[in-house]
Amino acid sequence: MPTIAVWKFTSCDGCQLTLLDCEDELLPLADQVHIAHFLEVTGASEPGPYDISIVEGSVTTPEEAERIRWIREQSAMLVVVGACATSGGVQALRNFADVDEFRSIVYASPEHISALDTSTPISAHVAVDHELRGCPIDRGQLLEVITALLAGRAPDLPDTSVCTDCKRRGLTCVMVSRGTPCLGPVTHAGCGALCPAVDRGCYGCFGPMTRPNAPALVPLLKRTGMSDDELELVFRTFNANAEWT
Amino acid sequence: MTIGSDLEVVDMDVVLDLRGLDALIRVLAQDGRVVVGPVLRDDAITLAELGSADDLPGGWGVETGPGHYRVRRREDEAVFGHSAGPQSWKRFLHPPRRALLSSDGTGFHAAPESPVSYAFFGVRPCDLAAITKLRQVVGGPAPFVVAAQCTEPGEVCFCSSMGCGPGAGSGYDIALTERVDGDGHRFLATSGTEEGAAVLTRVPSRPAARHDVELADRDVAAAAGRMGRSMPEVDLRDLLAANRDSAHWEAVAERCLTCGNCTMVCPTCFCVSVEDRTDLDGNAERAQRWASCFEIDFSYLHGGAVRTSGASRYRQWMTHKLGTWHDQFGTSGCVGCGRCIAWCPAGIDITEEAAALARTGGGRP
Repeated sequence: MPTIAVWKFTSCDGCQLTLLDCEDELLPLADQVHIAHFLEVTGASEPGPYDISIVEGSVTTPEEAERIRWIREQSAMLVVVGACATSGGVQALRNFADVDEFRSIVYASPEHISALDTSTPISAHVAVDHELRGCPIDRGQLLEVITALLAGRAPDLPDTSVCTDCKRRGLTCVMVSRGTPCLGPVTHAGCGALCPAVDRGCYGCFGPMTRPNAPALVPLLKRTGMSDDELELVFRTFNANAEWT
Repeated sequence: MTIGSDLEVVDMDVVLDLRGLDALIRVLAQDGRVVVGPVLRDDAITLAELGSADDLPGGWGVETGPGHYRVRRREDEAVFGHSAGPQSWKRFLHPPRRALLSSDGTGFHAAPESPVSYAFFGVRPCDLAAITKLRQVVGGPAPFVVAAQCTEPGEVCFCSSMGCGPGAGSGYDIALTERVDGDGHRFLATSGTEEGAAVLTRVPSRPAARHDVELADRDVAAAAGRMGRSMPEVDLRDLLAANRDSAHWEAVAERCLTCGNCTMVCPTCFCVSVEDRTDLDGNAERAQRWASCFEIDFSYLHGGAVRTSGASRYRQWMTHKLGTWHDQFGTSGCVGCGRCIAWCPAGIDITEEAAALARTGGGRP
């Protein structure tokens, strides 16, 4: 039976909990894989190697930079999940600031804190096999990658815009029909156009699609009334470290 | 030639009031068809199943522009007083996702054909042409079509340029022309097929007078002169063929988001990708889903994608739509509905881009 290990780096745990949210599929999944390491489920941990490692979180400490190399060596397939693991996450805001200053302000004894100056995606440290975007990830995409790996097929993870999913769903474009700012045209698909389906604009939590044209979107977002500050917030929150241009 | 009086009865044509229109919807449904038509939903006029004439967007019109669409209250209660919305009949003839085959581990089974028999209600002439072009590619059973001739084109409309409107060409079972004036709210109904004529005999109506037909003809003819846009008067196929290396593609690419909205809203864009799904119980399904030539993966061949730049992807779309569609299907792929202009978040206007190419040389007049 294939083994699965679920690993956490710097993150909030929300993405790995998505696996537990797969309620209907959990029992069939348990019949087909052996969970060797998943601390949100059990404290018991088995030694490697592992067939599939699912990694959540970004690398923000020297210890994490070491640990991800060990996990890579132990894993036949490495699937990284969530905005932290794929782009550095919201904590990558540190990449644009002085971490020493943060340390001195936040901690009473900053000398005990061992942190890197940057928050970086897993792919900056080791080769990854598949990436799932999002803050948090999409449950359907997680099942897609697991079922694909179990069946020995390539997972179907389109790198195109949110708009393609939005239109296939038959939703009416919130930007064109209402003037609601939306990052859908530059954002990586995978959520199934969740926000436009509930009358909100996309705020880009899946990060940039492949070759986005964000410079062309910015004036359109401004036309809908977004200020420069708001623009900086939407592009520099969940995937601050990602290449939007 | 005898000139008849205004009250002379014209063969085959009848006039329906709103009650008659409602009866028409009910008769089509009674015959087992799913009647789909325009409804006001999510601040847009979209397409959905109709139960009665009350579901139609009476009194609602639209204001459109490049990257812009707003519904607005009309001064009258017209039900077809709007131009193309975010959806097209493609959604029903060529669904966004369609299962092709499945396997339970013991063998492969072709997906059953949809048993749904559609009646499309209120099809604009541009969309009537689009249905013909799309069915030429994807096939499938013919829907029953109730066309609504266009008497009020929108700001992004250019069907006249494409020879697809505002009057209904062929391909309808019944064509309606709506009029709201001092004489009331009514629809001139013309049958295009025997089936359409038979359906019309089952709804309350009065015979059409010559005056009714003349008014309808006048309204449609006037609409032709009120198109918001037009294509440059050159051979578009030659224009695109001559402009493969135009510097203009880069200029478009600066504005183009490559989001794929234009292809998704286009009533004739038919491309699909094939996806395979497997579940944890040993079942597999192969399906097709709408794809877009703006997706990088769309041109993925051995080793990589061949159209990675925005310029090459926009060129591909426009060249196929206006040019090489002729080589493939003997007709243009564009009907002039204007959806790609309105629903492009960046407001890229295919008529403007064609005009820009024509200005820089290339097409022969």
